[in-house]
Amino acid sequence: MQLIEPHHIQSRINELSGQDLYLHLELTTGAYANHLDSSRHPASAFISNAVIRYTQGSISGTGPYRVGLKTGQGWIYAEGLTHIDELDTKRLILAGHDSMGKLVVALQLSLEAF
Amino acid sequence: MIMEEKTIMNTNLSVQHILAVLPHPDDESFVAAGTLAKYIAEGAQVTFACLTLGEMGRNMGIPPFANRVTLPAIRKVELEDSCRAIGIQDLRMLGFHDKMIEFEDRELLDGAIMALLQELNPDIVITFYPGYSVHPDHDATGAAVVRTIGQLAEEERPVVLCSAFSSNHEQMIGRADVTVDVTAFLASKMASIQAHRSQFQAAELVGNRVLTQEEIISRYGTEQFWTYRFS
Repeated sequence: MQLIEPHHIQSRINELSGQDLYLHLELTTGAYANHLDSSRHPASAFISNAVIRYTQGSISGTGPYRVGLKTGQGWIYAEGLTHIDELDTKRLILAGHDSMGKLVVALQLSLEAF
Repeated sequence: MIMEEKTIMNTNLSVQHILAVLPHPDDESFVAAGTLAKYIAEGAQVTFACLTLGEMGRNMGIPPFANRVTLPAIRKVELEDSCRAIGIQDLRMLGFHDKMIEFEDRELLDGAIMALLQELNPDIVITFYPGYSVHPDHDATGAAVVRTIGQLAEEERPVVLCSAFSSNHEQMIGRADVTVDVTAFLASKMASIQAHRSQFQAAELVGNRVLTQEEIISRYGTEQFWTYRFS
């Protein structure tokens, strides 16, 4: 995984627009959040292989980054993104890692199912 | 070996086959690596049924070298390396989805566990204590194991040893009745832990610095289990 270069991500987002894509979107505190610190509220959600299509999308912020994708009838949004898998040239694999290195958020787009 | 383990020994049970049923790669390392290595050294066969590949884990290495897409294949290799370090002869990867065990089709889940019990006829089954094991997958795995073994006739049931670590566990289920001194097997146990390269450096597991021998013994030298009582 490499640190996000926003210009590079923007061109990848542009390349994938206007097509049916498989989405994996996830936000998680981890299952141990409350066990390790009882003041923390554990919360997680993910959706895998949802089929979506967006007409416009962009990356914004100064890092960690936000991505918003405008779909036919709504939006897809992720905040806290820090890393990209640059070796994966077909799929857009974005993740946000906290100061401990743990994954907090993931936004992934692919022409084929994950 | 400490006195409490006589609860198993008193039954004159010669341990020939142990089945560990745990949901994630690295559960075997922290729960039972030393106990398994010890029984293997005494001639036992061990089957580890790992329900998932831990593909929803949050640890991706420090700095991160894995992601949601690459993690399952990476953790599969780590799991195989860990089993080699312990000496586990038989690894079964059951292919359930990480984080989803509690939502899985019970017939499918229990059926997979029952098939293993019937095939292997283990003397001991190691799993998590349902309700006292923090991660929903741990609790759901332990519940499935207990539910399935509970269907067997009493005389056919293996001894079920459960790991528990929720903050209230001793208050609710008392102290562990099986305590295994694994200091003689710490080399295997640490190699098993460190085989999980994407995981073990996390602060709540081993952390990012080299531990002293004293720290290793105090943290990992003893493994504790609660014998599940079917009533």
